[in-house]
Amino acid sequence: MREFGAFVKKEFFHILRDKRTMLIVLVMPVVLIILFGFALSTEVRNVNIGILAPSPDPMVRQIADKLDASEYFTVTQWLNTPDDIHAAMKADEVQMVVAFGQNFSGGLLSPDGSQLQMVVDASDANMAQSYTSYASGIIAAYGSEMTAMGQDTGILSQVQFLYNPQMKSAYNFVPGIMGLIMMLICAMMTSISIVREKEMGTMEVLLVSPVRPIYIVVSKMVPYFVLSCINLATILLLSVFVLGVPVAGSLAALWLVSLIYIIANLSLGLLISTMAQQQVIALMFSGLLLMMPTMLLSGMVFPIESMPWPLRGISCILPARWYVAAVRKLMIQGLPMIYAWKEIVILASMAVVLIGTSLKKLNNRLE
Amino acid sequence: MEREIVIHVEELTKQFGNFTAVDHISFDVVKGEVFGFLGANGAGKTTAMRMLCGLSRPTSGTGTVAGYDITRQYEAIKKNIGYMSQKFSLYEDLKVWENIRLYAGIYGMKDTEIARKTDELLERLNFARERNTMVKSLPLGWKQKLAFSVSIFHDPAIVFLDEPTGGVDPYTRRQFWEMIYEAADRGITVFVTTHYMDEAEYCDRVSIMVDGRIDALGTPRELKERFCARSMEEVFQGLARKASRAD
Repeated sequence: MREFGAFVKKEFFHILRDKRTMLIVLVMPVVLIILFGFALSTEVRNVNIGILAPSPDPMVRQIADKLDASEYFTVTQWLNTPDDIHAAMKADEVQMVVAFGQNFSGGLLSPDGSQLQMVVDASDANMAQSYTSYASGIIAAYGSEMTAMGQDTGILSQVQFLYNPQMKSAYNFVPGIMGLIMMLICAMMTSISIVREKEMGTMEVLLVSPVRPIYIVVSKMVPYFVLSCINLATILLLSVFVLGVPVAGSLAALWLVSLIYIIANLSLGLLISTMAQQQVIALMFSGLLLMMPTMLLSGMVFPIESMPWPLRGISCILPARWYVAAVRKLMIQGLPMIYAWKEIVILASMAVVLIGTSLKKLNNRLE
Repeated sequence: MEREIVIHVEELTKQFGNFTAVDHISFDVVKGEVFGFLGANGAGKTTAMRMLCGLSRPTSGTGTVAGYDITRQYEAIKKNIGYMSQKFSLYEDLKVWENIRLYAGIYGMKDTEIARKTDELLERLNFARERNTMVKSLPLGWKQKLAFSVSIFHDPAIVFLDEPTGGVDPYTRRQFWEMIYEAADRGITVFVTTHYMDEAEYCDRVSIMVDGRIDALGTPRELKERFCARSMEEVFQGLARKASRAD
């Protein structure tokens, strides 16, 4: 045990004395959170829109004002004919045009209702989706206002955004960033640090010495475990106090899931290190085979539901997928832990399988 | 006077599938001897050495190292040997004393003993001022001396040196061999592989492996006489030419 302590201390020295890595590891989560939180936002804000109204009656004006008043849209143009829509779109002056039918307010009070069309620049399909749903929301709200005032307007649709009423994209990416960062630190850094010893030749000396191989690898994991916990705390603090994303559920449950995820990734790192002989290879393994799929397929950027089945299949074997799903439930939706049992069981089994395989491979290699 | 045998190997064989890396080799090494283990790349030196160090189990054959059975008591063997490879085996980002402390601790030495011997060692090597220096900022020759001193710090019965002088200038190599002799004088058996034939001349006895077998074994003088060669270089060239395994 005394020697185990000495080894852990040595691993901390390796990390603490490598100032650059240290800086990257501690600053990366902060930078990612700030980037995603303020710069790379997928939120709709101040989008220029046009209004096409052949007969601008008061009700059309009111709706246009509501749209303009929202933080999402700015009405920049009033168009007169449908041909103007294309002209304005091509000139990139507006991203969306809300077109009202002839005699809009009159039609509203008649049984046939009146017509409203949204013409949207769908070259960015996701954003186009968001524009229309935001606009629909505003118009629907106007509709219910009118109904409440005793005017039957015939606008009936009602939308309610649960768990994330302000539609903040931070709610979506915070779990994703947690998944990504802990994977990077645990799997990638651990594997590289073990393979580095192979490359340097120190691993050979350790294997010839009486120290048990399990001590060597476990002592490598301890500092990265600690770093991951620090990062997790940093991310949670930033997301609560800077981005305003609250931890809606139990903090303890969130930590429990995170610890399971960290252990799974540490074992994944160990597994990679048993297969790679050079740091470059370990980096390629974790970069290409772990990071890319995790970013693209774990549901942190693109919704898993809309993937074709082969990709959905691949996403199932990524620990990050289940972790992100569990964090969404526990942190954003604030559900009790019991609702995330499936994710927790899958993550825990992954951790067990990964630990088993990597320890077996480690022993085989020594034989 | 009969000297104590510290490595005894009989018909040691290692097969990987159909490939026989080490083919029924037998030899003895006595205490305090500098034993040169020569062979071209791929001749089976490394595999044989790994078996002696307890890193790999023989397919057949028997052997003892420091009195322990290499097929069963490899944990005990590991406690009684030292090891150094051409990669120097020190941590570049640890200080000189931290490296010594770490490796000595692995071999179960007591803190007080480590402290005393560290002072002694640094004094003897004229290293006292470098105690807190990071190993990465030491010159290559110093690193190598330090690595060797660390590998015998726990007074092992045998030290295995795997091409310890690779990539080092002749002057430093010469100094390094003086350290090897000192260790042998203290009773530590030195088992060394090398590609430098001038170093082979420094060994008490030399074995030359070709295609997994030991084709020649004896003192450098005996071998030169037997193969009618002027130098170990010629002995080695003559034997290696017969090898059927390519690199």
